[in-house]
Amino acid sequence: MDGPLIEFRNVSRRYGMGEAEVRALDGVSFSINRGEFVAIMGPSGSGKSTAMNIIGCLDRPSAGDYLFGGVEVGRQSQEARALIRRHYLGFVFQGFNLLDRTSALENVELPMIYRGLPRAERLARSRAALARVGLDGRADHQPAQLSGGQQQRVAIARALAGEPAVILADEPTGNLDTHRSREIMELLCALNREGITIVMVTHEEDMAAYAGRLIVFVDGAITRDDRRAGGV
Amino acid sequence: MLWEAVRLAVQEIRRNVLRSLLTVLGVVIGVAAVIAMVTVGQGSSAQVTAQVESLGSNLLILRPGLPVMGPGSRPDAPRFTLGDVAAIRALPSVARAAPSISSAQTVVFGNSNTSTSITGTTADYLELGGWVLTTGRPFTATEERGGAAVCIIGQTVRQRLFDQIDPMGQLLRIRNLSCEVIGLLQAKGASSFGQDQDDLVMMPVRTVQRRLIGSSDVSGISIGLRDDVSTARGAQDIDALMRERRRIGPGDEADFSLTDLKQIAATLSGISTILAGMLSSVAAVSLLVGGIGIMNIMLVSVTERTREIGIRLSVGATSAQVLLQFLVEAVVLSVAGGVLGIMVGLGLAAAASAFMAIPFAPSAAVVALAFAFSAVVGVVFGYFPARRAAALDPIEALRHQ
Repeated sequence: MDGPLIEFRNVSRRYGMGEAEVRALDGVSFSINRGEFVAIMGPSGSGKSTAMNIIGCLDRPSAGDYLFGGVEVGRQSQEARALIRRHYLGFVFQGFNLLDRTSALENVELPMIYRGLPRAERLARSRAALARVGLDGRADHQPAQLSGGQQQRVAIARALAGEPAVILADEPTGNLDTHRSREIMELLCALNREGITIVMVTHEEDMAAYAGRLIVFVDGAITRDDRRAGGV
Repeated sequence: MLWEAVRLAVQEIRRNVLRSLLTVLGVVIGVAAVIAMVTVGQGSSAQVTAQVESLGSNLLILRPGLPVMGPGSRPDAPRFTLGDVAAIRALPSVARAAPSISSAQTVVFGNSNTSTSITGTTADYLELGGWVLTTGRPFTATEERGGAAVCIIGQTVRQRLFDQIDPMGQLLRIRNLSCEVIGLLQAKGASSFGQDQDDLVMMPVRTVQRRLIGSSDVSGISIGLRDDVSTARGAQDIDALMRERRRIGPGDEADFSLTDLKQIAATLSGISTILAGMLSSVAAVSLLVGGIGIMNIMLVSVTERTREIGIRLSVGATSAQVLLQFLVEAVVLSVAGGVLGIMVGLGLAAAASAFMAIPFAPSAAVVALAFAFSAVVGVVFGYFPARRAAALDPIEALRHQ
């Protein structure tokens, strides 16, 4: 399939009505190709999280088109957008968002349950994904028994196990120290080299530096869009 | 997917065993109460039915006075005599007729004594009342005519007086009468009224009349009609005969009453069914309350697990799948409560049946109904919380702490 994987065409997102109306995104257009590693930066309230939520099919534009793989999805039903998340997207959050009192293995298995994969395959793929992020020995550990960095790697394994087209990382290193942050970024870079498109929101220049492209949002609009050769 | 939801629900319930248990307590109590009521009710109905069957067919009881107590009753109504018994027995529609006269007496054997009811009657009474002798023999015609000092005792009397000793041939003392035990009755258990039917001593009617009471009265006559005679026809014949003997005009109020025992038994059995039904409907209210308990805790659970729902939505669960998950959890919870309630209810019913000496009659239909009902409670009361879970906005849910 040619053309961009993700494309915003004049996307606006407004909250509230009348006087109280807030324009989180104001006619934003950009596109992301397959295999890119894009960092999105901007001050809080700049619209970067809103853009991320729309890309992740968790939110929909008030106006404009959001095309995923060339297909308009912004106006699709909740059901259809859930299916796009299920089959093409993997999320990595700042707060890890793992299920408590549930083993790392079962956390990684979760998206594949909704895909209806047979249990044996789910387990095999979950183990492989955990091995990929370097947590082979921790499959039975629950989130509370893992460090922050390890939890984030479980979350990446969960995103990975579904073999997504895109990993959407929302401040993935926000809760981690510098050392762990670097480990996570290197892992994301490695995955990117394997062909997975990565879109990451961050407010840390150091982390953004890993990405091959930087988009900066200010007041609901893009003020900068730089492509670099390969990042770090 | 459904199977996954069930597995997940079981996992979630096991994570909060105590809370889950308390949540379903209402359902457990409701189901247990319904099951226990209905099972005991059916047991007592079955017992009444069994008693009726044991009473041979076409049994009528003739008593002095009117059937109803209260303003209409006539305590001074004249009693019967052995002459009445003989006249009734002579009717072509009657197969047997046995007199009975009761007297409360203290019965002594060795160092033990007990208060019991002495029934004076004839061998026909055993047949009519469905009494079976475990050992011994009924009264002979000679003993009946001569008023011999012999008796047949019930199981309760045997237990109280003889314990391990074989009562046969022993002498009982009743007032100043020494009386030989010639038979032992098989236990009948409690009557429909909860009276111990085995607490009695039977003696020939003349023995009681002459040696214990000192009168020639008969207080009741049990009448067995011939098989080919309808109860209505037999009753008519007896009524006509008694009116003639007592010189009561056809339109006048009689001073005796004829009762069809089967009719009484049917009424009793009907009453116990109605009673069980009413108590069950009261118990069903507890099921409703139990359902509200489940709804309440499921709402708490949805709030507690908002972030989990967000995570599930983000990895691609549809709203329908989230709805299904919470609905299944509520159903699993209430069905588990239902199963627990069924076990508790059957246990209670078994204990109550043993205590009340009635048959333990569990009904598969009632158990199935209770099970289905508890599942319905889960669906009905789980739907609203599940809807709320499914309607959550994924972004808000993920932000929830």
